[in-house]
This record gives sequence, C-alpha cells and structure tokens, in this order.
Amino acid sequence: MDNAPFTLYGTTLAARLLLGTAQYSSPAVLAAAIKASGTEVVTVSLRREAGGNRAGESFWSLIRELGVKVLPNTAGCRSVKEAVTTAQMAREIFATSWVKLEVIADDDLLQPDVFGLVEAAAILSHDGFQVFPYTSEDLVVAERLIGAGCEVLMPWGAPIGSGRGLNNAFALQALRKRFPAVPLIVDAGIGTPAHAAAAMELGYDGVLLNTAVAKAGDPVAMARAFALAVEAGRVAYCAEPIPPRDMAEPSTPQLGRAFVELPRRA
Amino acid sequence: MLIQVNGKELEVEAPTLSALLRELGYEGTVVATALNQAFVRAVDRTATPLKSGDAVEVLVPRQGG
Repeated sequence: MDNAPFTLYGTTLAARLLLGTAQYSSPAVLAAAIKASGTEVVTVSLRREAGGNRAGESFWSLIRELGVKVLPNTAGCRSVKEAVTTAQMAREIFATSWVKLEVIADDDLLQPDVFGLVEAAAILSHDGFQVFPYTSEDLVVAERLIGAGCEVLMPWGAPIGSGRGLNNAFALQALRKRFPAVPLIVDAGIGTPAHAAAAMELGYDGVLLNTAVAKAGDPVAMARAFALAVEAGRVAYCAEPIPPRDMAEPSTPQLGRAFVELPRRA
Repeated sequence: MLIQVNGKELEVEAPTLSALLRELGYEGTVVATALNQAFVRAVDRTATPLKSGDAVEVLVPRQGG
C-alpha cells in the first residue's frame, strides 16, 4: 500500500480531505480555511436568494476564484422528486455532473432515507450524474447503491453536525473490507481531527466535514489540523498498524535481563 | 395572474418563465429554475409558458455542507 493520490469518478485528487462551505463567519474566513485545509473539493448547495443582495453570485465567484472543484449537494431534500430536481438544477448552474445525494428521512438525526436514496441514485446515474450518496453504514444499502450506479460511497460517521465521530466503527470497517475497490469517504459527524484520523486508519479514502472546521474557535487553524490528521491517518493505514492484544507484551527484550537467577528475599 | 415564486404568492404579468425572470430582476444573474417541481433548463425558459397557480423555484449558488 502507499499514500498515492486517489480517484473519484476519473478525477485524481492528492488531498483526501473534502470540506463544506457553510456556517463560516465570513467569506474571508471561508477562503482562508479552504486554503489552509489544502482541499481540492468543496461542497456547495442551491437555495432561494434571500434579500435580493445577490449573495449567491458573490459566493459562487469566491469559490471559482479559489480554483477548487465543487460537489453540489441536495441537502434538505425529503423526497426522491425533490432530490432529483435539485440535482438537475445544480448540474446546470455548477456545470458538473457530480452530486452529493442527500435524501433526508428524519428531522432529529438528519438520517438518510436509504430507500429514497437508492431510488434517486438509480435515476440520477441513468441520467449521467456521478453520484456521491450520503448514506448510513448499512452494508446492504451500500450494495444497493453500487448496483444503482454509485462508484463512490459516503457513509456517515455520526449525525450531521453532531461532532460525535465514528459511532459505528465496526460497521464502517466491515464496509471497507467488503468493498476494497470502492472509494469510501466518511461524511458527517466528525468533530475532531482524531475522528478524521481514525476514519483514515480504517482505510477510508477520504473524509468530508464542515461544522467541525466552520464552528471551531479558529477555523483556519482547525482546517490545517484536519489536513494533518487526514494525512497522518492515511500514512498510518498504509504503514499497517499492529493489531490490538488482550495482554501486555514487553517491548524491551527479555534476553539478558539482570537478576533473574537471584532468589527473592522474604 | 397569481403564481408562487420561491414559496411566496405573487401577482405577475410575465407569460413565460424567461419573462418572469426579467420581471423579477433576475436577468443576467446565475440562477437555476424549476416549474411545479420539475427542472426547466435555461434554454427552455423562453418556451415555458406560465399559468395561474404555477409554483416556480428560482435558486442560486449557496454555501453547503
């Protein structure tokens, strides 16, 4: 194994950290965080213009100036119809066939509606989209998504914005082992760089996060911290970590240890 | 005629989707459109008539996670 660049739908990327663009305190902080993260891919969305101030146009200009690739999302969509229409609108406006497909089922956990997700993924893949499905860690759903045409999977670590890390590392690891050739990206729930490193140590190809950087006390420094953690986790995975043991195993050699022949005094 | 634009009821005169964008001041801006939850390509807006009760979405790029 090596720490080579990886490929998403034919696009080769060196950076394995993907970053969301929402919730930053200002466009300047957003731009600085993107630069500090070293990311090559950022997520964007479509929304109704608020207030007639052309903020959307200004945002889009900023992203284009940064020269990063965009991954439009269908955030907030509650039905297959909404998600498909939003994806079609995004393809035209952002000029990309990439789409981070979200079909949300539950208000409290923002849990993916995996049934709608598979249906929407099949429709969009058939229509020429390159779908990045925001999904759960369910292995059977993953199989269905691949069958629907998805060449990348993005299981959640934990609910969006929760910062809880990898709620089900066992299932995430099972996905990795079951689909060794499919690019896997942990999307959502990451809170600290340690969570991101843990995802990478499981063999995940990348991490997508937003809130953990945008809402940090110093988003630019945190973006850098996540970049380092993702790289460290990837290098560690490639270096093949030792398996955990139940009992201690001395690291200092036992051969040549002093005093081993002396009788113990009472 | 009375239609909905981005969830708000509006009295408009525009007979087509492209005329509506002009009427609402969107001309020259980067927007994506949908009519009654179906995507309408930019090139099809001129040939897309509006009728009373239609629901139009006009979306712009925004930050996303």
